[in-house]
Amino acid sequence: MSTEKKQAEQIKEISGVNPLKCMKCGKCSASCPSYNEMDIKPHQFVSYVQNEDIESLVNSKSLWKCLSCFACVERCPRDVKPGKLIDAARQIVVRQKGQDYLLADEIPELLDPDVPQQLLVSAFRRYRR
Amino acid sequence: MQRIGVFVCHCGSNIAATVDVKKVAEMALMEPGVVHAEDYQYMCSEAGQARIQEAIKEKNLTGIVVCSCSPRMHENTFRKAVERAGLNPYMVEVANIREHCSWIHKDIEEATKKAVILMRAAVAKVNLNTPLKPGESRVTKRALVIGGGIAGIQTALDIADAGYKVDIVEKTPSIGGRMSQVDKTFPTLDCSACILTPKMVEANAHENITIYTYSEVENVSGFVGDFTVDIRKKARSVDMTKCTGCGVCQEKCPSKKTPSEFNRGLNNRSAIYTPFAQAIPNVPVIDREACIKFKTGKCGLCSKVCQAGAIDYDQKDEIITEKYGAIVVATGFDMIKLDKYDEYAYSQSKDVITSLELERIMNAAGPTKGHLERMSDGKPPKEMVFIQCVGSRCSDDRGKSYCSKICCMYTAKHAMLIRDKYPDVNVTVFYIDVRTPGKNFDEFYRRAVEDYGVNYIKGQVGKVIPQSNGKLLVRGVDLIDQKQIVKEADMVVLAAAIEPNPDVRKIATMLTASIDTNNFLTEAHAKLRPVESPTAGIFLSGVCQGPKDIPETVSQAGAAAVKAIGLLAKDKLMTNPCTAHSDELLCNGCSNCANVCPYGAISYEDKEVNDHGKREVRRIAQVNSALCQGCGACTVTCPSGAMDLQGFSNRQILAEVDAICR
Repeated sequence: MSTEKKQAEQIKEISGVNPLKCMKCGKCSASCPSYNEMDIKPHQFVSYVQNEDIESLVNSKSLWKCLSCFACVERCPRDVKPGKLIDAARQIVVRQKGQDYLLADEIPELLDPDVPQQLLVSAFRRYRR
Repeated sequence: MQRIGVFVCHCGSNIAATVDVKKVAEMALMEPGVVHAEDYQYMCSEAGQARIQEAIKEKNLTGIVVCSCSPRMHENTFRKAVERAGLNPYMVEVANIREHCSWIHKDIEEATKKAVILMRAAVAKVNLNTPLKPGESRVTKRALVIGGGIAGIQTALDIADAGYKVDIVEKTPSIGGRMSQVDKTFPTLDCSACILTPKMVEANAHENITIYTYSEVENVSGFVGDFTVDIRKKARSVDMTKCTGCGVCQEKCPSKKTPSEFNRGLNNRSAIYTPFAQAIPNVPVIDREACIKFKTGKCGLCSKVCQAGAIDYDQKDEIITEKYGAIVVATGFDMIKLDKYDEYAYSQSKDVITSLELERIMNAAGPTKGHLERMSDGKPPKEMVFIQCVGSRCSDDRGKSYCSKICCMYTAKHAMLIRDKYPDVNVTVFYIDVRTPGKNFDEFYRRAVEDYGVNYIKGQVGKVIPQSNGKLLVRGVDLIDQKQIVKEADMVVLAAAIEPNPDVRKIATMLTASIDTNNFLTEAHAKLRPVESPTAGIFLSGVCQGPKDIPETVSQAGAAAVKAIGLLAKDKLMTNPCTAHSDELLCNGCSNCANVCPYGAISYEDKEVNDHGKREVRRIAQVNSALCQGCGACTVTCPSGAMDLQGFSNRQILAEVDAICR
């Protein structure tokens, strides 16, 4: 298996997302508050993973422009949830850097307990880059 | 001992490519009772059937095994073929070596092995087959149509025109259904009411049609040809024989704050009301929940103003019991509730509406008398945004997985009508795909784009945000230009998914008609029997079977009528002889079989039995063979082995198991 293919599989596994379910409606991109900052748009993330072009994804501006607001995850009608894919791609980059760990004492103590866990982890990755 | 012939079908390459058919035929000759075996390219063909008939005559065959496709497909074909050759049709067994074997296996050796085993089981069963004779049951020459929309009306008219009596049961106070709420119809743009009301009038005037409005089916028993149905005629509180339909009661009624169901809650109606001006019957009903007289005992104004003396506050619900030979379900649809789609602000803004609400706004008899205006402040809109696929094609738990089919066309219609009547209004449609298969449908959509300047944007809307200036901020995307679009709109129209009328679940249960996960009624065969339910005598008309537009609904309604007429035209029906019966010496009267019987076919009687010279009265299960459908649930439930099914006896099934395990 090529590295790209392996990474694409890894992204699908980490995110639990099946990109084939996407019907290209664009609701993710319509919802995205960072849309104008992104070079690869949220709906394109799905096809990039499907086409196994992970190289472009991990080098994109979008990877770190995604705010992890999860509006796309919330509204996607097909359970594809590009925000999860973006986060999985970030994780791949982080793993490559050998930083696939979290220090417990770095997590701010005064967090809202209702915030979804994945949002925290995702945001954490972004700001600790 | 039977003299059995085994016929192995190639089904072209469907079976022969995966199963060594010659080997199956060879192996058959080694089975007990088999005196003839052959293979042939298409056993179901004229020539294939002739081979079976010849073999029966030449070799005096008494039992036949056909190794071919599923018995659902051709059991009947082969039964008829052997009957023509003088054999009892129930002496045929089909070994399914296609769906159960060749289609699901790849390895030829393994598949052949399995095909041989399936053949052996069928031979073992035929060895114990006995000739069976179907009984007869009568056909009541009257049809019931549940639902009085365009589907139900058309079905009823077609059955009535063929000379049979039909009853329509409609839940609401008037027939007409969804089509009566629609303003114009695509792709011809003719007025919906103008083409519907003549049909409503025709149905009402037809000597063979009885219409029960404000009524619901309460109970169904019996079986194909002989259903008994209880219909609850809800108390109208108005005497239908006296009312002249003058409408004074509705004008004078002081309770006018109930949201109008017909106008989708966009305005209010009185407590005594007819849903719309052309209602049939043109007799109002009193909504007892809203009526001041019923709530407080005071008022009675409608009774005072009624010249005909038709108001009857003491009227009670009435149960009508009637027999029917056929039942057609035409329960239709509604739009899904949008409470789970908060991103479109439907519940936050009066100016975010569904397409059906827009139909009412555009209609001259609607809440705005046909003027396009915002429901919040009555101002005419300048910017309108349509959002497609709201709740359709969703695989999450908020919407429906299917395409609602009609939305692309009605949205093109709305956009076109608005641009035609109000050329200064800008219309934008956000779409995922535009689906317009149908005669003159794509041309219609192209006209909206090319002639009327409707702005179609490939992409969805992510959020609609009501602004303090009364406008709606729409955030969408243009996937082709790769641009996020943020625009202010005055009105947003949501093409909400359609779903089967929620009542259909209850009705399907009463009819024992099967239903899918989306509550659409299931067809007997998706392609070849699309208007019949798998339950005999039940037919499907309109959207209760799947999303469809008006022309499709009318076609299907006619098809359902033809099927019902085909049934009503018969004087007698052949009943399935494969029914259960109990062995009175083994039955211990435990009631287990009666509890599991889905058709209510089992009862008990105290009967004197002679058990090896010992005479005593015992409680014994009795099967009504007219009701029994031969499902076999009782035979596997019976703890003493007293229940047995003709054609599928316990001995036969065990012989099959033995043959498989050999």
